Amino acid sequence: MSDNLIFAMEVTLNGLMAGVLYALVALGFVLIYKASGIFNFAQGVMALFAAMTLVGIQKGQVPFSHLINAILGTEFHYFGWTMHSFLAIALTVVVMIGLALAVQQLIFRHLVGQEPIILFMATIGLAYLLEGLADLMWGSEIKTLNVCLTGDTCLPQGLNATIDSITYNIFGYGFFIDNLDITATVVAAILVAALVAFSQYTKQGRAMRAVADDHQAALSVGISLKFIWVLVWSIAGFVALVAGIMWGAKSGVQFSLSLIALKALPVLMLGGFTSIPGAIVGGLIIGVGEKVFEFAIGPMVGGATENWFAYVLALIFLVFRPQGLFGEKIIERV
Amino acid sequence: MKTKLATLALTATMVAAPAMADLVFPSLSYRTGPYAAGGIPYADGYADYFTLLNERDGGIGGVMAKVIECETGYNTEKGVECYEATKGEGSLVYNPLSTGITYQLIPKVTADGIPLYTPGYGRTSAANGKVFSNVFNFPANYWNAASLAINHLLEVNGGDLKGKKIALLYHNSAYGKEPIQTLEQLSAKHGFELVTIPVDHPGQEQKSQWLQIRREKPDNVLMWGWGVMNQVAIQEAANIRYPMENFIGAWWSGAEHDVAPAGANATGYKAVTFHNVGSDFPVFDDVQKYVVDAGKAAGAGDNIGKALYNRGFYAAMLMAEAARSAQEATGNADITAADMRNALESFSISEERMAELGMPNFGPAFEVNCANHGGPGTGAIQQWDAAAGKWSLISDFGPSDMDVIQPLIDADSAAYAAENNISERCN
Repeated sequence: MSDNLIFAMEVTLNGLMAGVLYALVALGFVLIYKASGIFNFAQGVMALFAAMTLVGIQKGQVPFSHLINAILGTEFHYFGWTMHSFLAIALTVVVMIGLALAVQQLIFRHLVGQEPIILFMATIGLAYLLEGLADLMWGSEIKTLNVCLTGDTCLPQGLNATIDSITYNIFGYGFFIDNLDITATVVAAILVAALVAFSQYTKQGRAMRAVADDHQAALSVGISLKFIWVLVWSIAGFVALVAGIMWGAKSGVQFSLSLIALKALPVLMLGGFTSIPGAIVGGLIIGVGEKVFEFAIGPMVGGATENWFAYVLALIFLVFRPQGLFGEKIIERV
Repeated sequence: MKTKLATLALTATMVAAPAMADLVFPSLSYRTGPYAAGGIPYADGYADYFTLLNERDGGIGGVMAKVIECETGYNTEKGVECYEATKGEGSLVYNPLSTGITYQLIPKVTADGIPLYTPGYGRTSAANGKVFSNVFNFPANYWNAASLAINHLLEVNGGDLKGKKIALLYHNSAYGKEPIQTLEQLSAKHGFELVTIPVDHPGQEQKSQWLQIRREKPDNVLMWGWGVMNQVAIQEAANIRYPMENFIGAWWSGAEHDVAPAGANATGYKAVTFHNVGSDFPVFDDVQKYVVDAGKAAGAGDNIGKALYNRGFYAAMLMAEAARSAQEATGNADITAADMRNALESFSISEERMAELGMPNFGPAFEVNCANHGGPGTGAIQQWDAAAGKWSLISDFGPSDMDVIQPLIDADSAAYAAENNISERCN
């Protein structure tokens, strides 16, 4: 087998793994759009906010400490604890539920029935508000994220030795697959399975689907729109936390995390805004497509093709299937 | 002694004179957004030095220094707005910590007669004072950094790089592309193969680039990154088990927060620097006493000694010394931007003066003149030790290859002069 073919296989596998990470971000967009028709521009910032909150709680950082100390003249920055990852994640979920409640009560409750573009603009405002809030609460410095089951069993990173050894024995070249990407794939699979099970087999899940299908019909049978929207924003907040952990483990938790939303847009264009399987398949296609293109064509055109090629790929799909691969076909009759 | 006498005389004049305006040093900082992690320590260092002078010495030559901070978010448009909003405040010199903002400000400061100081960043060819009358980028620029990295590799390879493969991993922007031309020339001169690998903004995802590095097995990787690109690159290098001691960053890829996310795996990573590292300098005792303990620090006081804090602090020291020279040259404590520009053009700093300031060997001793606004172009290599949590210098401050760099500076500045109808000065 030629070297280039072996390298292409390695690149494809890594593309699939990268696609899962993109899909994780796209999932949050899909959940909110499906239930409320809102394109949530703030999804990337929610991932940042969730990850910063997780690290802050874990390390016992006092939220708004700079503000508090400036007003009171104190020097109170840390509570003095280091919290176990699971407890910190649970508390972060509580914060994200609180955020969902606040978003619903303070913003979207007042915008019911408004044009989609108004709702979209509101999420742009929300994105900047959350970014500022995260800065005020936890500070701007880069934070190191350690999510650990026990003291020394943390999120694994780096070369997977087993895959390296197996592929070396077969091809004479060991493939590089990042342990963190494998973990992200497993977590994403569990997350999607849990979301599907929740929406199929629970009362709240079925109510969520009913609202997604026709919110007026759902209202007429007694489903609380307010509750469902808070539920959906909470789940999107949880998905954002998972995405924030996976991306933040690699780069540290910092403000650039909010830009991961840019990676989700072509995934949504390709997979459709209303389909969870679409987000997954879209992520995989974008991941593989951009990595293989960069490998095969990148060197001929000076490299750095991934950002724009993802959008080209999405546009090609869009031309032939405007609703995305798995999106619902929109038929409007006059 | 002369300096002390002049300062005393100036202070005496000040006591008798009516109250003067402050010496204004605007700081176009970025404490928010994706690049805040780098912007905060730099801005803290810049502000804390002037606070130290105010609190300990009563200002510069008896006049208080005033730092006006304006948040740019590392955004060029906002940077220009900040400049326009603050230039009327009696601003003496601008230091925007952004190559993008620098490019926009060059024609503006030249028209307004205000100096622009861009140490280690900005337009490299601004080192040519014959063309860029108001821009100063001493003591070193991007092209010096590229050459200094290659000099280090020459040193560790017994002076021979023939047959070696060196990859440049760079931010796919004007900043990141800066060293390419210099490295191409150095590649031709020393016989190494140069492989250039771009990373698109912001650099959060670099799997393709590091798979390429793993396939091509370069002997060394040089990095021109900023922001999240640095942290991800160092983590990815650790992931593919690339030898860290063969990985060298530019000075904008060599801060503590760049190596921290990779933890112990980052040990051995190197970066070029044009100033010293750490907090083991007498001046920092004064900062602790007069600034931090007095509750007057720009930040929480926990950045002292960090790479970017030291860089901001060093830049402030050089500007304060230039302001002092301007006061001495004019005999007037209340100087203008034009006085500051003139002082920068004849600026010099000696080892004795740095020792006097409590900063011995903090940077090189050098002189600036009308034609050379770029200083000596010297630098050193720092290396990270994760266990100790600090950088250490592993080389002395050495020269860069000006035989290669000077013609590049001359050519680029000549092109700028031709485009903008600028006649050469200093003849």
